[in-house]
Amino acid sequence: MNKNSQKTSDNKRDPSKSPLLEVSGLKTWFDLKRGIFSRRTDTIRAVDGVSFSIMKNETLGLVGESGCGKTTLGRTLLGLETATAGEVFFCKEPLLKLSRGRMNRMRKSLQVVFQDPLSSLNPRMNIMDIVTEGLVQFKMLEGSREQHARKLLGEVGLDADMIYRFPHEFSGGQRQRINIARAVSMRPDLIICDEAVSALDVSVQAQVINLLLGLQERHHLSYLFISHDLSVVSNIADRIAVMYLGRIVESANAADIIEDPLHPYTKMLIAAIPVAGEKKTARKIIKGETPSLASPSSGCRFYPRCPEAAEICRRRPPPEIRQNGRFICCHLYGGFPE
Amino acid sequence: MSLLSVNNLSVEFAVDEGTLRAVDDVSFYISRGESLGLVGESGCGKSVAALALTRLIPSPPGRIVSGQVFLGDRDLLRLKPDALRAVRGSEISMIFQEPLSALSPLHRIGKQMTEGIGFHKDMSRKEAWQYALSWLKRVGIPDAGQRMYSYPFQLSGGMQQRVMIAMALMLSPGLIIADEPTTALDVTTQAQIFNLIREMKQNETALLLITHDMGVVWEMCERVIVMYASRIVESAKIEEIFSRPVHPYTRGLLEAIPTPARGRNYLKDIPGQVPSPLRYPQGCHFQDRCGYAFERCRNEKPGLVDCGDGHLAACFLAYPGREYK
Ligand SMILES: Nc1ncnc2c1ncn2[C@@H]1O[C@H](COP(=O)(O)OP(=O)(O)OP(=O)(O)O)[C@@H](O)[C@H]1O
Ligand SMILES: Nc1ncnc2c1ncn2[C@@H]1O[C@H](COP(=O)(O)OP(=O)(O)OP(=O)(O)O)[C@@H](O)[C@H]1O
Ligand SMILES: [Mg+2]
Ligand SMILES: [Mg+2]
Repeated sequence: MNKNSQKTSDNKRDPSKSPLLEVSGLKTWFDLKRGIFSRRTDTIRAVDGVSFSIMKNETLGLVGESGCGKTTLGRTLLGLETATAGEVFFCKEPLLKLSRGRMNRMRKSLQVVFQDPLSSLNPRMNIMDIVTEGLVQFKMLEGSREQHARKLLGEVGLDADMIYRFPHEFSGGQRQRINIARAVSMRPDLIICDEAVSALDVSVQAQVINLLLGLQERHHLSYLFISHDLSVVSNIADRIAVMYLGRIVESANAADIIEDPLHPYTKMLIAAIPVAGEKKTARKIIKGETPSLASPSSGCRFYPRCPEAAEICRRRPPPEIRQNGRFICCHLYGGFPE
Repeated sequence: MSLLSVNNLSVEFAVDEGTLRAVDDVSFYISRGESLGLVGESGCGKSVAALALTRLIPSPPGRIVSGQVFLGDRDLLRLKPDALRAVRGSEISMIFQEPLSALSPLHRIGKQMTEGIGFHKDMSRKEAWQYALSWLKRVGIPDAGQRMYSYPFQLSGGMQQRVMIAMALMLSPGLIIADEPTTALDVTTQAQIFNLIREMKQNETALLLITHDMGVVWEMCERVIVMYASRIVESAKIEEIFSRPVHPYTRGLLEAIPTPARGRNYLKDIPGQVPSPLRYPQGCHFQDRCGYAFERCRNEKPGLVDCGDGHLAACFLAYPGREYK
């Protein structure tokens, strides 16, 4: 492992403090029919053994290929998908084992901004009711419903006069901001942001990210920030985890991931970021079909597409190495035991 | 001759508080095989403009107030409904911004994909199924055979987007209108999709690409249009926009492109808010956020002027007679 990484390794993490969110060995599998009349089913291992933790006032960025299980991971934490295995502790409570009543109360501290902004907004409610619904439920309104709603819309850069309009009357990016306003309204401890700024032009995106950073500074909340865009993630996250086919293959401080990526997949992601204004060279694309989640290989899951793969990578699952505050799951860094 | 030319298109919505003009006097053209980027502030009217081209605006409350959209010598805004339906899909296909709102939740992917094919291409049901399947593979969906039997909710956000992309590309239309097609795609999957689109361009397929990602515009497009608050503020060749942006909004936008950082970092934005479409100011729509605004900007709306070599900008600073750097 690169020696330089020690310098930048995480000093904010205090090992004596317990994390706000602690996930260990989490698995979420789905059964998928082979065909309409088929009795045979395949198991899609959307999340397949994921462990990580998030401290108070910390942001974990989660990146990875489309379909690798990021949304499913977030939904499982929220209790919207049933975990196949694993444990999750949030504020020291076992999140997956809570009764419905306790989970509902927990939802105040655990908010989410969903990936598809339209389908997560009730089409029959106006914007004022949507962004203040939780506040009313938990008796947190400051002033009237209308006053509070206007303030929230202002925070995400929306015209406050829009509060009586309905979700379908907005643009995609405006809907994303309504979702964000609803999530921050509850002053939660943790917000799961799933592609929360992905439909915003760069200047509004910057405003929203600055808002999230400002809220964090003032209220010390934490984010799980899921995004496909590494440059965006690196501007908001303290740490970044890279996921590939249901597993985390590397995690480290944002600076280490960007400047000194170790896993071959992370290296590829960083090399493929298109940069405006730079000479256009054909971007390298990962060769080969996306491997199946139903029948992952017995060795490293990235093996079929890895430019640095060796024989052992095909046969054996890669070791999990923790060093200098970094985590990596790759044979290249674990020596070759044979 | 251009493939598509749009003249003075305006679209309005009737809302409780009054009438808002979501697209105001927009004109542009796309040539055969060309890729045109459309960028601009969230809510500035990009999707509405794109939907209006093939009359997909929900009406009421929406209304195309004026304009012409010529595809060859036919004005799409005046075409009979069945003729228009034939144009959609076979000549122009659309990739919608939010895939879940465009896909039916009740039908399997395979059924939705094959439905349109027989109508536009001469294929049996079985051939159509195989054809759709081959496209699902080309957009990189794993286990494509099984996925034909999945419902949209069983796919990830990026997979839904790729299903939409496959449905648009497989009809080999002359023009693809893609509204934020890659918002959920990681860079490597994105590159794969763009390679497919490039292949189609060799067969003279044109592309109108709406995106917020300036890196994507740079990579995919030959020209770009910048919109702000319902109007076009600048239009130029791609190299021109990046090396010599004229409109102060375009300049701000380019400065706001995020670059990889070492962790939490406040980003540069354009200070202020876009005005509500219900209360656009009398003069330039950008005046309140513009560092250069002067008297004339408050009273008059600037039209597009040529700043040389077809580079158009709607800014009085660029008008002849002013020294502007
Ligand atoms: N059905 C509708 N009823 C009323 N207003 C609408 C409707 N659809 C869109 N609008 C308004 O029209 C304007 C333009 O919306 P449009 O969807 O074109 O924006 P956009 O440029 O695509 O933004 P984004 O990048 O956020 O998707 C917005 O102010 C929006 O609120
Ligand atoms: N309800 C479901 N039933 C069956 N399979 C599902 C379901 N939800 C998700 N999956 C599958 O689980 C895998 C992971 O999906 P997920 O939505 O978590 O991916 P993602 O990383 O969020 O991708 P994207 O970046 O494209 O949004 C995919 O193969 C998807 O098809
Ligand atoms: Mg997702
Ligand atoms: Mg839009």
